[in-house]
Amino acid sequence: MKKRTINIAVTALNAIDSPGPGVSVIRALREAASFDVRIIGLAYESLEPGIYMHDLVDRTYSIPYPSSGIDALMSRLEYIHEKENIDVIIPNFDAELFPFIKLESRLRNLGIHMFLPTLRQFEEREKVNLNDFGKKYGISVPKSKVIYDLNTVYSLLSEFSFPLLVKGKFYDASIAYNIEQIKNYFNKISAKWGLPIIIQEFIHGTEFNVTGLGDGKGNTIAAVPMRKQYITDKGKAWGGITIADQRMLEMTRTFLRNTKWRGGFELELMKNKDGVIYLLEINPRLPAWIYLAVGVGQNIPEALVNLALGEKVAPFATYEVGKMFIRYSWDMIVDREEFEQISMFGEL
Amino acid sequence: MKEKMRYAASPPANQEPMKLRKNVAVSEAGLLFNPVTGESFSVNPIGVEILKLIREDRSVDQISETILEKYNIDKTTFEKDYHDFVGILYNHNLIETNEETND
Amino acid sequence: MIKMRYERPVIKKLENGMPNKFGTRMDYEPMTHIDGHSVAKLIREYGSPLFVISEKNIRSMVKKARRAFETRYPKVQFAWSYKTNYVNAICNIFHQEGSWAEVVSGFEYDKAVSLGVDGRKIIFNGPNKSESDLTKAINNDSLIHIDHLDELYTITELADTLKKRPRVAVRVNMDTGVYPMWDRFGFNYENGQAWDALNKIMHSGKMELVGLHCHIGTFMLSPQAYGVAATKLAELALSVEQKFKHEIKYIDLGGGFASKNTLKGSYLPGTDTNPSFNDFAEAISTALLNSNFQKDRLPLLILETGRALIDEAAYLLGTVISNKRSSTGRRNTILDIGVNILFTSFWYDHKITPAQPFTQYTEDTCVYGPLCMNIDVIRESTSLPLLNKGDHVVIHSVGAYNMTQWMQFITLRPNIVLIDMDEKLHLIREKESIADINGKERIPEHLRKING
Repeated sequence: MKKRTINIAVTALNAIDSPGPGVSVIRALREAASFDVRIIGLAYESLEPGIYMHDLVDRTYSIPYPSSGIDALMSRLEYIHEKENIDVIIPNFDAELFPFIKLESRLRNLGIHMFLPTLRQFEEREKVNLNDFGKKYGISVPKSKVIYDLNTVYSLLSEFSFPLLVKGKFYDASIAYNIEQIKNYFNKISAKWGLPIIIQEFIHGTEFNVTGLGDGKGNTIAAVPMRKQYITDKGKAWGGITIADQRMLEMTRTFLRNTKWRGGFELELMKNKDGVIYLLEINPRLPAWIYLAVGVGQNIPEALVNLALGEKVAPFATYEVGKMFIRYSWDMIVDREEFEQISMFGEL
Repeated sequence: MKEKMRYAASPPANQEPMKLRKNVAVSEAGLLFNPVTGESFSVNPIGVEILKLIREDRSVDQISETILEKYNIDKTTFEKDYHDFVGILYNHNLIETNEETND
Repeated sequence: MIKMRYERPVIKKLENGMPNKFGTRMDYEPMTHIDGHSVAKLIREYGSPLFVISEKNIRSMVKKARRAFETRYPKVQFAWSYKTNYVNAICNIFHQEGSWAEVVSGFEYDKAVSLGVDGRKIIFNGPNKSESDLTKAINNDSLIHIDHLDELYTITELADTLKKRPRVAVRVNMDTGVYPMWDRFGFNYENGQAWDALNKIMHSGKMELVGLHCHIGTFMLSPQAYGVAATKLAELALSVEQKFKHEIKYIDLGGGFASKNTLKGSYLPGTDTNPSFNDFAEAISTALLNSNFQKDRLPLLILETGRALIDEAAYLLGTVISNKRSSTGRRNTILDIGVNILFTSFWYDHKITPAQPFTQYTEDTCVYGPLCMNIDVIRESTSLPLLNKGDHVVIHSVGAYNMTQWMQFITLRPNIVLIDMDEKLHLIREKESIADINGKERIPEHLRKING
């Protein structure tokens, strides 16, 4: 029997040194057993490599930056939908999730499906709320305090010991070993990302990630833990290996059961020398290494598309332990006309 | 990240008629490619018209006359905008300079 | 032969992150008309720059706000925040819609009285109420919100001299989890100052304690903070009731609701992220309904929101004076609108829309005002279509604070027109003339002659 073809639009085609997940998600979708796909790339910038990967992406359209507002994004998506008849959109950037969550019902009226966390889930897991999140859902997180004023730093010293982390609201983190460094990082980071600044307990240990999928009712559809083996100077995994750690899987199930998380996610975990596992961050989308999950038997993007389309999806029961991914970069040869085409006309 | 463009206040005034670099390609749709630097540009329709007139070795007065005939604009404003446009062409290294023409 | 509309020639380098014409379509619809009136014609008739206010928009915002609160809480009263916009015609729209007056100075108090507002429906806030202001307010039975102990004692004395029982409320400040915490106005909740003040009032027996008031901040983006404030005020009210068997009639949660403007430095536009009236109403009414008030003894809820009701109703129209290039080649456009009449450009990225058709070509532009001052910047960097000298622009959402905080620096303040419900035009504040300014001045005799 011939499989049905689903038109799926995917963002984050920036497969660069700090890669967006789009290209990996597309590879997973192309290998889906339950459907065939036509892939529509959605790009913010004209040098996102995925735009030029014609064996993976059928056609790419540029879309406006989230800062242009949801109405601008909606009107562009309406135009693309008219041409491509999109069934499902998978947004993969943190910064675009807010507008896509806001547009979810308007897009559904056009027949476009997504499978995203709710706005409340999205906001609860923000860095500044991590402490409350841990308390509310019974998950151990490093102790952290949100500060707006450098003067409050002194009162923190009784609660924290050095070294500690000084983190920005959205991005950036530095390790401080004394109060002068805290002040220094506070000023640097707040100048770039604004207030507040987060002071966080520094956990020594080994970094792990779990990617997975929640069905929005508390069930775990997929979960694959991975230990980072090679980390770039930007902190990105360039190689990793799947592991069988029951406590990490249990933590993931607790997270999904208690939050009723809807959609893909990545948990950033740290295991200290005493074996205590801390949740450092929740990324509300699939990670760039998602293809490893496919390689070990859990095609999470495929399951996400089926959930988005309202189909029943059975939870994955197993995955292969001890499989690795090793990332590599690849130089494509591209005609200038293609670059000009996407830059000028926003379509390729 | 965007690089800051270096900007010279105005091109040499005695460069008339000026010459667009020979191998610079301008398409009807307004795409311009400079093979020497590898940069691509987008030009608006009136810009394309002006580039064509420059290619045909028209003087400022001739160009101004053509544009004024077609568009609703006064001579002073157009010539100000024209010199501003040419200034940017210089900055992007799209106009041949004296030394090169004399070679 | 009809000539084509001119656009200046531009050439732009194609760069990786450059938004193309499809990237920002919505930002680039021209705004040629406001409530049926052509922008060009308005400027021809009333000059440039020009404030234009839509009565339709104001009334529809008031209805939206009332619906949000009244469907959730049984007793709601709005009070128009004069400092936000005290042009008389504007105040009267709010009064016609049922709003009381909320004033913060003797000047504003007199303005409300002169408009015919019933003294009992004037709320008098602020740290500076003179003895004569207070005397007026006490004689008119206005609601005096006490800011500090010195004021409390003055009112106690005046109650004796005037042989009246002033109606008062206490302004309370508190930690609602937002930054910065406004603790300079009123009495603090957490350290017991507020409770002290309430006890002093009740024990003096000279005033009628009718309400509790707080105002937790400005341009608040967190509805939950209002929930915290409402809970704390409710606890105070119930403590007073328990100790003195005295019922607090109202809880006034002040203003501070964000409008849909975009604060400088925010990545996402305010139209997408800023909370709606429903969000604020939900947080506040839930907190009050969940507190321990008996069902038939819920206090009146007073709201003094200003900005969120008026910001979007007003536009500032202006004209391009010149296009220049900076030393680095950046496009600079000079408008006839300066920060002296658009004070809010210091904290918002105001949306600017051309008032005439244009093509999809744009340039990154820094928009300057006409003042001979370096701080006169309307937008540091925005992508604008190619504007010609003399073209018109519309700046959106300028209704709050600009028509009260404006300055007459080196020039005169412009006309304000109102477009009414039937789309009829009214000049509601005439532009200033040099006589208005010079008329107030006096030149000493020895300085009169300047030529020999």
